[in-house]
Amino acid sequence: MDTTSSMLPLIVAAPFLGALLPGLMIRAGRDTCTWFTLLPTALALLMLVLHAPAVIAGEVFHYRLAWLPSLGMNVNLMLDGLGLMFAGLILGIGLLIILYARFYLYRSDPMGQFFTYLLLFQGAMVGIVLSDNILLLLIFWELTSLSSFLLIGYWNHLPEGRQGARMALAVTGLGGLALIGGMLILGNIAGSYDISVILQNSEAIQGSEWYLPALILILIGCFTKSAQFPFHFWLPHAMAAPTPVSAYLHSATMVKAGLFLMARLWPVLSGTPEWFYIVATTGLITMVIGAGIALFKDDLKALLAFSTVSHLGLITMLLGFGTEAAALAATVHILAHASFKAALFMTAGIIDHETGTRDIPRLGGLRQLMPTTFAIGALTALSMAGIPPLNGFVSKEMMLEEATHTVWAGTPWLLPALAGLGALFSVAYSFRFLVHVFFGPVREDYPKPPHDPPFGMWAGPGLLALVVVVTGLFPALVTPFVDAVAAAITGGHPHAHLSLWHGFTPALYISVAAILGGALLLALHRPLATGWRRAGPPYAKAIFDAVVGAATRGARGVTDGLHDGAMTRYAAILTLATLGAGAIAWSNGEAGPPTRALLPVSLLPAIAVALLVVSTATLVVLHRRRLVALVLLGVVGLVVAIGFIYFSAPDLAMTQLSVEVVTIILLLLALNFLPQEDPPEDSMSRKIRDGVIAGLGGLGVAVVAFAMLTRDFALPAISEYHIANAYKGAGGSNIVNVILVDFRGFDTFGEIIVLGIAALVIFALTEQVLRGPGADWLANWKGARREAGDRHPLLMVIATRVMMPMALMVGVYVFLRGHNEPGGGFIAGLVVAIALLMQYMASGFAWAEERRRLPYHTVIGLGVLISILTGLGAWFNGMPFLTSAFGYVEIPPLEEFELATAMLFDLGVFLTVLGAVMLALASLSSVARRTGEKVNVHAMDVNPLRGRPGGEED
Amino acid sequence: MEALVALGIGTLTAAGIYLVLRRRTFPAILGIALLSYAVNVFLFASGRLMLNAPPVLIDKTGAGVYTDPLPQALVLTAIVISFGMTAVVVLLALGAYLSTRSDRMDMDNGPDAEEEAGQ
Repeated sequence: MDTTSSMLPLIVAAPFLGALLPGLMIRAGRDTCTWFTLLPTALALLMLVLHAPAVIAGEVFHYRLAWLPSLGMNVNLMLDGLGLMFAGLILGIGLLIILYARFYLYRSDPMGQFFTYLLLFQGAMVGIVLSDNILLLLIFWELTSLSSFLLIGYWNHLPEGRQGARMALAVTGLGGLALIGGMLILGNIAGSYDISVILQNSEAIQGSEWYLPALILILIGCFTKSAQFPFHFWLPHAMAAPTPVSAYLHSATMVKAGLFLMARLWPVLSGTPEWFYIVATTGLITMVIGAGIALFKDDLKALLAFSTVSHLGLITMLLGFGTEAAALAATVHILAHASFKAALFMTAGIIDHETGTRDIPRLGGLRQLMPTTFAIGALTALSMAGIPPLNGFVSKEMMLEEATHTVWAGTPWLLPALAGLGALFSVAYSFRFLVHVFFGPVREDYPKPPHDPPFGMWAGPGLLALVVVVTGLFPALVTPFVDAVAAAITGGHPHAHLSLWHGFTPALYISVAAILGGALLLALHRPLATGWRRAGPPYAKAIFDAVVGAATRGARGVTDGLHDGAMTRYAAILTLATLGAGAIAWSNGEAGPPTRALLPVSLLPAIAVALLVVSTATLVVLHRRRLVALVLLGVVGLVVAIGFIYFSAPDLAMTQLSVEVVTIILLLLALNFLPQEDPPEDSMSRKIRDGVIAGLGGLGVAVVAFAMLTRDFALPAISEYHIANAYKGAGGSNIVNVILVDFRGFDTFGEIIVLGIAALVIFALTEQVLRGPGADWLANWKGARREAGDRHPLLMVIATRVMMPMALMVGVYVFLRGHNEPGGGFIAGLVVAIALLMQYMASGFAWAEERRRLPYHTVIGLGVLISILTGLGAWFNGMPFLTSAFGYVEIPPLEEFELATAMLFDLGVFLTVLGAVMLALASLSSVARRTGEKVNVHAMDVNPLRGRPGGEED
Repeated sequence: MEALVALGIGTLTAAGIYLVLRRRTFPAILGIALLSYAVNVFLFASGRLMLNAPPVLIDKTGAGVYTDPLPQALVLTAIVISFGMTAVVVLLALGAYLSTRSDRMDMDNGPDAEEEAGQ
């Protein structure tokens, strides 16, 4: 019976949305904050309870919402018996915990933050148990890891809190990674990521060769989350959290998530020998070890933590048995454990809160001082020990009953014996909790005078103690509910026969033996504890720390080995590594035979290449003489530009030429202040080493380039589209420019922004440098070389003035024709920048700067703004960002010409490039101003008008 | 012709790598500039080499033989951006030199520290 319920997403969403409230409401006081935390939880619980009768009757509720259907990721929720039980525990115990936390948290603790984390965690947990899509489930799973990290580390001023939180995150997070792998395998076998579909495919899954890997990965996820051996060690360290967190995470929620998932996937995963031996054995070991360690813990919360580990092992073992009866027993024990363990944690918190310590040797005799707490603690501890007539007894009997029926590797007595041992330990530590804390003489030396807490603090555990008693006395009350849950786990129709009395069964004998043995152990506790301490059993935190420490040292060793502060060293390592990767790819790949006919070699290009090679080689040889090297770099750039023209790329040639000019000017400006020569510091061996690396690199690139040039495209080029549509679709003949401003306009938009940012970075850096220690040095700077006679020679000034309008005209021309002929905003911007730079060079920085009207920052900003507005304009026509429009206009007597929005965009490009280049160079030249250089007010050194009427005076 | 272009690219790369491995900032900047040339030419050449076929339409419908315009568009912006990058690097180098009076690339705890200690 499937029914759609639109309330399901609200149940999941309520805690998440509610998480916003406490942070805001804390301003209205702690009580208001608590009410507003209770509200979303109660609402979610109410919505859940409304579904309960139908679910117990066997109905399953669904809700489906397509999210990313192409990935199989959908908001599919499902509420069946299993989900109902877990969601009920999460929300119900959540309510009690919130109430408890209101009284537990200290005035100094930020309560709003705490409740926000708690609600986030609650939402994630509810999400896990209601998910019907494994991808959705995995998201919620990771969210619980993250939010529990925040909760465990809530007291982040305590190192234990931080370490415990980190350890929990590391262990559960790594388990979560394994889980993702396992779940994806599972989904791929089943052909769907919907759990309800996966559950129908148990035969396909168990028959698949991927079953075992999937099983192991999923179980690693479950075991880490549910603190199963050998991943159990994080749980006790998570006790550094405030007690409400421990009570919540370790009784009803976080650690039960692993159990939930094992129960959820029980129909498809269980029933195989692999499942039995891995799950049941792990559970058994965990149960016995956890119970044994718990006996020797002096910290109340640590005792409860290891007890939790042990009980989780018990439930895991039951799930591992793979029978319906065992699933029933597991269900009953999940309920029982959640009720008594939450109450016990809260009791421990009360004791800690009211006496100032939770160290068992410092406690005792609290029976008279804290009678209410004693009553609650006694009932729940006895339930944990499995004493009739409490609910812990019911489930323990069922567990022992199942254990006596299960044969492990041909030995029928092994399981019952070990299960009995676990039960015995369990009795012992439960009695210890009771006897060593509440009985004995009243002491004089409690850190604080103990008394019962306010009602709000014991109301929660009190209610749970009531549940423990009632469901123990009348287990039949919960039978229909347990049946519904077990039916959801197994997919069958199991019927529980819950009662206190089963007759004289082997389970009863084991139980009696365990109780007697447990009492005996407690009597012998003192010598045993001494022996335990002397034996010094392995301490999991030490092992974990050693592993983490080794990993950290290893990582640091590798990093330091590669990056030791010597840039040249890791540049060499990087080059060699890249070469190695390239060599591997080359030797494993298949380049195929050459498919292109070679272009014939003609004389002029050959000379150009020779020029390139010779000047590059000379550059390398003479690189220590920096000015010479710079001149040679210019030659190389020019040859590259010529190469672009030769191979049909006029736009590139124009860009390269103009960029070359500004780059060389830039480098010259910088070189002015840098040493003029490199010191001769490289040994011959080092030169040879670098030469070999460089030679190999060059050879590799050359080979790859040649291989590429002699073969055709592996795939059809998308340029066909650009060529066909440049005019038709965008109204331009210069395809390169059309690509820049139209087809890939968004790229260009990003690029001009990068360029603008680079220029602003340069400006900011200059300001910073000039404020630093460098400024003093600059103030006393004397030129490195003899200066030329004239600072601003007459001839140059006149020439640049004459050329200025021409250069600007060329810029405008290049810009306007850009859409149809080689040119465009980039090139025009560079040309105009060079025209302006000439004025700076001829008449000096100060003179030119004084005549500048617009700051270059503004020019950059304007450019970017125009580009954005052009792009946005398309929106008003209902088109996507940067869609261009064009049309043709005729103004007599001119020829018909084109107007395109792309041109406006290109104007933005033009302004940005112009502003960026000018800002970069102007920033650099402003360094020279700090050297105490004379500031010229005249355009040139000699004033031709001096002495004439109307002429300026010096 | 292809072999000559490959030779040019290889030479530029080798020279660029060699200069990047020098221990002063200025040659490293020159090396980066040479590597930029090499990369730009390589990218441009990935459209394969063609003579006398500039990507400017002679026929409005797109008929005719043109070289691949896309690498050209990419390289055009790459040239301009590499100017921006060079400018930033130059300023970093200049700033470092003005602040520390040294244009060495390696930090003092590098393996070459002893050699330089005297300077």
